[in-house]
Amino acid sequence: MTDLSMGFRTAFSRVRVSMLAVLAVALFGVAAQPALAKTTAREAEGVSFSFEGPFGVFDQAELQRGYKVYAEVCSACHSMKLLSYRDLAQAGGPFYDPKHPNLPPAQSPYAKAIAAQYKVSDIDHDTGDVIERTATPADHFRAPFPNEYAARAANGGALPPDLSVIARAREGGPAYIYKLLLGYEEPPKGMTVPDGKYYNPYMPGDMGSFWSGPKDKVPEGGFISMAKQLTPDRVQFDDKTPSTAENEAHAVATFLAWAADPHMVERKQTGLAVMLFLLVFTGLTYLSYRQIWRNVAH
Amino acid sequence: MSGHSTYEPKTSFERWLDVRLPILRMAHDTAIDFPTPKNLNYWWTFGGILAVCLVIQIVTGLVLAMHYVANAGLAFNSVEHIMRDVNHGWMIRYIHANGASMFFLAVYVHIARGLYYGSYKAPREILWLLGCVIYLLMMATAFMGYVLPWGQMSYYGAVVITNLFSAFDRLIPGVGTAITTWLWGGFAVDNATLNRFFSLHYLLPFMIAGVVGLHIWALHVPGNNNPTGVDVKSKEDTVPFHPYYTVKDAFAILVFLLLFSWFVFFAPEALGHADNQVPANPLVTPIHIVPEWYFLPFYAILRAVPDKLIGVLLMFSAIAMLFLLPWLDTSKVRSMRYRPMARWFFLIFIAATLGLGWCGGKLPDDVVIAVGQDAVSGEPTGFTVVMLSRVLATYYFAYFLLVLPLLGLFEKTLAVPDTISTPVLPKGGASMPTGATASPEKKG
Repeated sequence: MTDLSMGFRTAFSRVRVSMLAVLAVALFGVAAQPALAKTTAREAEGVSFSFEGPFGVFDQAELQRGYKVYAEVCSACHSMKLLSYRDLAQAGGPFYDPKHPNLPPAQSPYAKAIAAQYKVSDIDHDTGDVIERTATPADHFRAPFPNEYAARAANGGALPPDLSVIARAREGGPAYIYKLLLGYEEPPKGMTVPDGKYYNPYMPGDMGSFWSGPKDKVPEGGFISMAKQLTPDRVQFDDKTPSTAENEAHAVATFLAWAADPHMVERKQTGLAVMLFLLVFTGLTYLSYRQIWRNVAH
Repeated sequence: MSGHSTYEPKTSFERWLDVRLPILRMAHDTAIDFPTPKNLNYWWTFGGILAVCLVIQIVTGLVLAMHYVANAGLAFNSVEHIMRDVNHGWMIRYIHANGASMFFLAVYVHIARGLYYGSYKAPREILWLLGCVIYLLMMATAFMGYVLPWGQMSYYGAVVITNLFSAFDRLIPGVGTAITTWLWGGFAVDNATLNRFFSLHYLLPFMIAGVVGLHIWALHVPGNNNPTGVDVKSKEDTVPFHPYYTVKDAFAILVFLLLFSWFVFFAPEALGHADNQVPANPLVTPIHIVPEWYFLPFYAILRAVPDKLIGVLLMFSAIAMLFLLPWLDTSKVRSMRYRPMARWFFLIFIAATLGLGWCGGKLPDDVVIAVGQDAVSGEPTGFTVVMLSRVLATYYFAYFLLVLPLLGLFEKTLAVPDTISTPVLPKGGASMPTGATASPEKKG
């Protein structure tokens, strides 16, 4: 039970009293409780995406730019284990070719070309040796580290999270990712930043014990082990989109939103048809209801 | 109302079948010609809606079980496999996940309707108790289903809820620990826990279906209650179930499906929690463990007292109140339509329960009404969520244990109509023969 109620449990002594007494104390006593540690983060606001709302769709050009940001920057430390190279060419994906709708994604020349840039580990079926071979579209995205220990060792003890579903796994989703990537700020005066950490107001955290300023002005946000990555000209886009940090962050947030929810557009379009069908059916059923009940006073 | 059958076999096959297995007779008597009060309002459509919910959950669940892997190392990725690679897997899973929320939404409306119109009173106590059993089974099923994706909330939800039973160590030392070890199949929530939860999550819906059968049987003996709470007196008070209520229920079900579809297709994660998209990690506790919205009122009651054992007992008692209700309410008048005082207490009860739900989603020390400021941190202090939970929980229990038993003895009720047909007749209808308007052939 420690997880559930440790916070408020510490506020009381564990005296055994009758239920009535507990209720009486509960209702009328205990006005002041010690302030507890508080996790804060700045709200991710003021950014919009093409895929918002019931009619929103992914911008394929931006998905391609976002994949490039992932491939050239993020993938140095972050895995995306749930994605295969073929997924990039599936309907609605960054490299889907609407001219060949019946081509299986694994046969896509784009998926093949992208996969061919990577080497993945395998077992030689003749010798049993561990070998490196060229990836195929059926392979999962190559992970930058062979295991969690290697990832931590290379990153000062921190584990770069897998990004496959990160857009669903964080409050605020793609807007949070966008703001976090751009949101690095100079730590305010009075904040002690540990070695290998960076202050980011969008990262949820509790700055209380790293803050020597006034206790009622603890800055919001937390520390992150990743340094600022997206800077102007970090990634050269193939479609002449200016390489601003904002464009890079927006593109990769879009790509990660797609990766976390690759059937989003199909889902919304199916939903519109379902709603339309249900509305018509509901209307007809209502008319039948009025017809059948017309002579019953009720 | 039950007993007399109006079924007439029309073909030789039906006559042949009728003397061997009168299943068509049963279907006819329960779903076609069943006499149903003609004044049921839309609150009565939620029974049919719930039946649809159960079927949707069982059908989508069967398909999900074909692709899901109940293994602590594989469960999370198998759910993602369903979402990404299984044909329309995203739709089936989102229907199932949001279907649980829709099921609870409907069951809460259904229960509230029973509370308001006194559907738990004689002769419907067994009907009500069976409904309470269904609700309990639903809670167990939903809880275990939420554990299966094996995300952070799944895991820690399982940790918190199973650990509740360890509170019984205070009553008999060792018993609580023995129960949790037995539930877990080990000494922590782990693979064995996931496996048994999957097995039970597959079993319980069929038990629900069985109790639903009994629930409908128990409904068809006394027949439906109705908004007036007055018993059916004559044939003029009723209409055959089909087509009158099949069409009305169908309309309500379709409206409900519109809401359902909106969640499935346009806001499928709105009722979920981002932390559950992170694979379960026994070494990292989420900052804020919350159950699904439909358990929040009980979670608030659990946390309302500083003592764990009493918290657990109060939480279980909150549900036990529903079981005792038929014998707690002393009023002879069924429907609160004619109980002006009870009506207010009921509305406050609904508000208190919703308020408890709100409290359950907040941190216990969050401040609701700021009175002062903490001298050190500058944080506001004052009336906190946990204190509000106590006030609301007190009302929750008082409604069952004080209000309903006493109110029935003292309140002044309004005049109850003699028959169901009376209130719908023009100008009070006292001078007209009751039920005259119910004959379709006599009206335009």
